[in-house]
Amino acid sequence: MKNVYIDNNATTQVAPEVLDAMMPFFRDYWGNPSSMHYFGGQVKQYIEHAREQVAALLHADPSEIVFTSCGTESDNAAIRGAAEVEGATRTIVTTRVEHPAVLGPCRKLQENGCQVTELRVDESGNLKMDDFELALKQCPAFFSIMWANNETGVVFPIRDLAARVKEAGGTFHTDAVQSVGKVPVDVSLDPVDLLSLSGHKLHAPKGIGALYIRKGTKLKTFMIGGHQENGRRGGTENTPYIIGLGKACELAVRNMQEEMTRVAGLRDRIERELIARCSDVQVNGDRTHRLPNTTNISFKFIEGEAILYHLSDVGVAASSGSACTSGSLEPSHVIRAMGVPFTSAHGSIRFSLSRYNTDADIDHVLAHMPGIVKKLRALSPFA
Amino acid sequence: MWDYTDKVLDHFRNPRNVGTIPDADGVGQVGSMACGDALKLAFKLGPDKRIRDVKFQTFGCASAIASSSALTEIVKGMTLEEAEKVTNQDIANYLGGLPEQKMHCSVMGREALEAAIANYRTGKAVNRVLEGKVVCTCFGVTQEEIERVIRDNDLSTVEQVTNYCKAGGGCGHCKPDIEHIIADVRAAMAATARPAAPVRRKLTIVERVRMIQETLDREIRPALQKDGGDVELIDVAGNKVIVSLRGMCARCQVAQFTLKDVVQAKLREFVEPDIVVEEARQ
Repeated sequence: MKNVYIDNNATTQVAPEVLDAMMPFFRDYWGNPSSMHYFGGQVKQYIEHAREQVAALLHADPSEIVFTSCGTESDNAAIRGAAEVEGATRTIVTTRVEHPAVLGPCRKLQENGCQVTELRVDESGNLKMDDFELALKQCPAFFSIMWANNETGVVFPIRDLAARVKEAGGTFHTDAVQSVGKVPVDVSLDPVDLLSLSGHKLHAPKGIGALYIRKGTKLKTFMIGGHQENGRRGGTENTPYIIGLGKACELAVRNMQEEMTRVAGLRDRIERELIARCSDVQVNGDRTHRLPNTTNISFKFIEGEAILYHLSDVGVAASSGSACTSGSLEPSHVIRAMGVPFTSAHGSIRFSLSRYNTDADIDHVLAHMPGIVKKLRALSPFA
Repeated sequence: MWDYTDKVLDHFRNPRNVGTIPDADGVGQVGSMACGDALKLAFKLGPDKRIRDVKFQTFGCASAIASSSALTEIVKGMTLEEAEKVTNQDIANYLGGLPEQKMHCSVMGREALEAAIANYRTGKAVNRVLEGKVVCTCFGVTQEEIERVIRDNDLSTVEQVTNYCKAGGGCGHCKPDIEHIIADVRAAMAATARPAAPVRRKLTIVERVRMIQETLDREIRPALQKDGGDVELIDVAGNKVIVSLRGMCARCQVAQFTLKDVVQAKLREFVEPDIVVEEARQ
């Protein structure tokens, strides 16, 4: 059976070049980079090279990159680390559509007495600018606003938002886990103070992430331990995975154009054809300000989990914002925040592509999806 | 992915008895698109007053479709009096079990069946009517419905109630109310003479161990802990349950009484009637 993986916002395939780059660091160069001997010490230069590769993708200085274990750790280190700085602001501004790795720490700080504002989005998933303007008045505040949404792919205007926050004297963190590697991120032009990224969303393995910390940004160490990462993150360096992330970032620089053209073309095709072949569908989220690889489509009168199981039966891996897939009883908080009626929300399917997808993949999805929708609608009392 | 049985997946992929019956004798619909699942059930009686034909339409996840399909297979050929006795547990059992978080799918089946039978008897279109006090406003679940799932399925936690009828699964504000209802229903259940335990098939070892642990935690340990004691499950071998008494119990003069007349009695009542409790050798 043909397998088509189009759930790349959940996780991505490790690039073969990444795996190749990592292997020597399991087999041969397994020393501790902090050691005072040649065997361990030689590893350090490779870690620093990986740091340069990550920095290059973001147009940052290598000294501004700290390796972490994942995107969630980066988000926690940024939000909780900033809140712990002596004299830090007790005012936090975030959005309703953030990943739990951001909403969780923010709500925890709220329990501890911080004032947290969650900005709303409109029905297209764009930030309500009135809310943002109002929040600016609370500066100096700590802002954490995602670059791109994992479920809809909607991209927020981070360059403008960060500039306004800096102008007002605030601090700006962005969860860029979904955008790094897919769209240009340039901290020399995007005035963010802190930026989280995750390896496994850009063809590095799970278990590695990074936090960009702009020079001069005050942050309390989140992971307390040894002097690794210049004392900013304790814990013996996860060398093979750091090398893998570096390689993945190098590849991302090279493949960015393809993501934004060919992959976007495949995404547009899947979207266009499904709209043409299935009635009563709607695309969730702004289609212009969006990641090139993502589309989120609601199929009315049917439910997402049922669609996913039928897709899975024909080898297609996608995901859904439906209640049933999460084990909760309500549709995803992102879909709800956009005010998508519950009647459509339960039937939302996210297709997220990568550079490994081909035209044949899309043919396969299009060959099956209309039939699945038809089959389930034949079962539905509403269709 | 969910841990669905092969039978659930079979009924999801190949649902039986899909469709409508134009001259149906009874039609019932429960749920809504907003709630995430809905079921419309129709039946036609034969001259012998047995369900000759039954059809369904479902909006919902794999287990909602499978539960609906299973329900139609179960009730086909039944008299209405027999069909009325079908519980959500029967539907789940027919499918070889459902994940706990999906039990509400089986409850939806039972509710649709009741609505269809009520429609036949009264001649009125019976949608799910909200009779009595609505406890969960997010999903529109009444006190009566919550009491029913607690009784039918012997539930003891808010989380279970949410899994079985969705109440409490939205904003969560009604959770304290649900807790009170659980306490009241369980008190009432304990007060009324316990009806003869339903005839059960032999428990598997995993089920037996789980039920023993649950009974210990729910029925026995809280009482012992009040007196500074406790009991720990050490092993289960056939009908033999090995436990260790802890704290005050370990030194208690009437430990053997506690073991036989409290621990063993409760386990026999709630798990299996032939259980023998023994104390672990130190």
